[in-house]
Amino acid sequence: MKPEAIKSILATDCGSTTTKAILIEKQGDEYRLVVRGEAPTTVEAPFEDVTKGVLNAAKEVEELRGRQILDNDKIITPQKGDKGVDIYISTSSAGGGLQMVVSGIVKAMSAESAERAALGAGAIVMDVLASNDGRLPHEKIQRIRHLRPDMILLSGGTDSGNIKGVVEMSELLKAANPKPRLGINYKLPVIYAGNQKANDEIRKNLSKETDLSIVANIRPVLERENLGPARDKIHDLFMEHVMAQAPGYKKLMDMSDAPIMPTPGAVGEIMQVIAKKEGITVLGVDIGGATTDVFSVFKDLEKGEPVFNRTVSANLGMSYSISNVLASATLPNILRWVPFEIDEIDLRNRIGNKMIRPTTIPQSLEELKIEQAIAREALRLSFIQHKAFAVGLRGVQKERTISDAFDQSSSGETLVNMMDLDILVGSGGVLSHAPRRHQSARMMIDSFQPEGVTQIAVDSIFMMPQLGVLASVHEKAATEVFNKDCLLRLGTCIAPVGAIKPGKEYMRIRLTLPDGKMIDKAYTLGEMELFEAPYVAMEAEIIPARGVDVGGGPGQVVKTKIYGGLVGIIIDARGRRPFVLPENPVERVSKLQEWSKTVNEFEDK
Amino acid sequence: MAHAYTPGLKVIPQTVVHKTRRLPLKGKVIVEVGAKVKAEDVVATTNLPGNVVPVNLANMLNIEASEISELLLVKPGDPIEKNDIIAETPGIFGLFKSKAIAPASGTLEAVSNITGQAIIREAPAPVSVQAYINGTVTGIIENEGVEISTAASFIQGIFGIGGERRGEILILTKDTGTPITEDMISSNCKGKILVGGSFLSYKAFMKAQRLGAIGIVVGGFNYSDIKQIVGYDIGVAITGQEEIETTLIITEGFGEVHMAKQTFDLLSSHEGKMASMNGATQIRAGVIRPEIIIPLDGDIKLTAAPAELFGMEPGTEVRVIRAPYFGMLGEVTDLPHALQRLESGSLARVAKVKLYETKKEVLLPRANLEMIEKQ
Repeated sequence: MKPEAIKSILATDCGSTTTKAILIEKQGDEYRLVVRGEAPTTVEAPFEDVTKGVLNAAKEVEELRGRQILDNDKIITPQKGDKGVDIYISTSSAGGGLQMVVSGIVKAMSAESAERAALGAGAIVMDVLASNDGRLPHEKIQRIRHLRPDMILLSGGTDSGNIKGVVEMSELLKAANPKPRLGINYKLPVIYAGNQKANDEIRKNLSKETDLSIVANIRPVLERENLGPARDKIHDLFMEHVMAQAPGYKKLMDMSDAPIMPTPGAVGEIMQVIAKKEGITVLGVDIGGATTDVFSVFKDLEKGEPVFNRTVSANLGMSYSISNVLASATLPNILRWVPFEIDEIDLRNRIGNKMIRPTTIPQSLEELKIEQAIAREALRLSFIQHKAFAVGLRGVQKERTISDAFDQSSSGETLVNMMDLDILVGSGGVLSHAPRRHQSARMMIDSFQPEGVTQIAVDSIFMMPQLGVLASVHEKAATEVFNKDCLLRLGTCIAPVGAIKPGKEYMRIRLTLPDGKMIDKAYTLGEMELFEAPYVAMEAEIIPARGVDVGGGPGQVVKTKIYGGLVGIIIDARGRRPFVLPENPVERVSKLQEWSKTVNEFEDK
Repeated sequence: MAHAYTPGLKVIPQTVVHKTRRLPLKGKVIVEVGAKVKAEDVVATTNLPGNVVPVNLANMLNIEASEISELLLVKPGDPIEKNDIIAETPGIFGLFKSKAIAPASGTLEAVSNITGQAIIREAPAPVSVQAYINGTVTGIIENEGVEISTAASFIQGIFGIGGERRGEILILTKDTGTPITEDMISSNCKGKILVGGSFLSYKAFMKAQRLGAIGIVVGGFNYSDIKQIVGYDIGVAITGQEEIETTLIITEGFGEVHMAKQTFDLLSSHEGKMASMNGATQIRAGVIRPEIIIPLDGDIKLTAAPAELFGMEPGTEVRVIRAPYFGMLGEVTDLPHALQRLESGSLARVAKVKLYETKKEVLLPRANLEMIEKQ
């Protein structure tokens, strides 16, 4: 069917607990979300058939829309009159998603490229092995034997380089004879995407014990990554092996009109499409119960091209792994966001209880504030991991001129430049279902600390996965629904960067709100303020103090269009680099309460 | 939605427990269907592939990898003893020879003339699986394991640490609300599964471990004390592999929480009997709860599995599983249809519950309630 002929689309995302369905229909010339439905995922006993959950979610959509979509246990495709939908597509992260081990020769080069390929395809990377990872060969073998991944990506060497390193790694892999996570009776899929001169040796070592696929080198030369072929192969094997082992997926694959994508891979797709189409930089986060995913599209300043990166913080989440957030962030870092005093043992027990009863929800305001304090740390730590990973290619030799001698930049610098960020998008229970949108905005601002002028949004029902897979078959429909129905625009954060003496003017802002009210106000370090304003363009003039940057360079005035939203314009003059919270607990609690009040975090003024 | 489905933990006086006992790799099952087995009996065995020891011969001999096959004294596939010479250079006029010595015994599995690496595989390590519970073999999984069934009392906890243990049940506290204190633990705890009420301190746990208790079942425990016991933070609730002498099962949660009366009464009724317990917990897809299994002898009246667990209704007995009423018991009096705004500001489905302790009716999110299964 031609894309322009498509009138209706049913898309599902099979998560580990819930299967979410959305129905998109063409209304006039544009595609819009019309209804959504959900049902528990049915991968596990007693059902053990993922399609049951899909059909239940579709049934809810059918009832809400008031027209027939199902014919017994089948989705009617294509649409006939008022019955059925033109296409059905799906993503999946049920059954633990896609779990991979990757390997390279040099940890910061080929191993990092392999990790980027796996993460970009939507995998959880269980371990990264490299010749120089500090582990002895027998330790690597033990580790490979211990892990039971869904597949392994082996890389290493440029196409003109030495084959020894990568062959050695294949020998260790052969000796370890790894077993797949699901199913005892099939061979583990291994993708080789390294020095192509070693293909024969790799085949000799691995074709018997594993299900080996050979694709183009992910790092053919030091200066260039070629992640596409490896990523496509991961998707194929995900469908052929991992999905085929999961209960009911063969049926789901037959039902679907496009290949089933791993959920995070699909989110990456839609973010790349949007960033490219609108020419913007995007930072997105999805904070779940077990893991937190961070996605970004920033420009590589040297090449001028947008670069997509995804990281998964596998054990930072708000329920199953909430205790790990406590362990990683440490108690003082969580406590610094709690706006009241609390006994430490009590707090630890509360966090432990959330881990063992992950489906409970905060009933009291105090409990909510504790959860949101933990969320800030989970987001902050995930973002640190993302910044460390989203870097330019390392190991690239640069020609340096005399003028470069004064520039300290080197290869492998993070691409994440918060001053360049256009939009920060949050999703996942704690952000999407916060009782007030102001709380979501505050959590994102506190943990990501956007700089200069940045729009803030949330994906209220997390439909980015479905839109990602839709983008692969119908980009127009995906981008229209993304802009009109997926994002809830919360507003804009204005945050100056740079140090200044307390009490001195840090920044002045002049703008006219849509209701005609004129703002001309100066701020000192440590202040926050909220101006309620809808999502319409407003001309703003932002005048930073000398040496302070709001996006135009130190001391430079910025005149720009800014947008409000469900929350409005948030002035954050608390400072960046460094952002400092008062050390004294009484002062800190008082400051936290003051900020909450000024941005209407828990109630309207 | 008139019903809410919030399953509780199983506490069943009489049921048939089926346990699958599986090898980590394919191997040999050594019992037959119908055989009566004791908990300690081995039911299946296999050999784990031996450890692999890689040795870089080219580096040891300071030669090119491609030259290695000519210098081997042991053929790939042949057995080898520790300190045997694997390969040797000819030297100069038979002198100044370099030798590559085997660092381990086993089989020379492979030698690569690309990397110069040799792989020595050590002898396979035998592993066996025990029955874990007294019972009857009711099924065989060919080359992998067996299913063992027994009539038993079956109790689940919410969280545990430590693996499978077997011992006699010893009740330490007079009721569900009394904590286990250090002075309750003495030398007669050796080899026993200790059962107590609302709380166990770190010091009391350490004393029990020192005196040889094989397990403890208690209502609550401090989360921060777990780290002291195992030496690291348990960040996600996937346990069972901890190297501790005394398996610990918490039945209610972290902090001081009364043990559910049903659980305490059932364990008390079996004081002096042998039980199997396992602290292994997995709170993720494919949930595993820590468990205590007490096989029953003689005629038993099977308790129906709690099939009536369709949902919460007015009259259902529930336990609150989150602050501010954490641990309190009560009875559902109403299940309002409409979403209600909580103090936190969230909209949620709620239940009206009359709490036994305060005698007051409160609105609680259904997600924060656990049904108590009636027998």
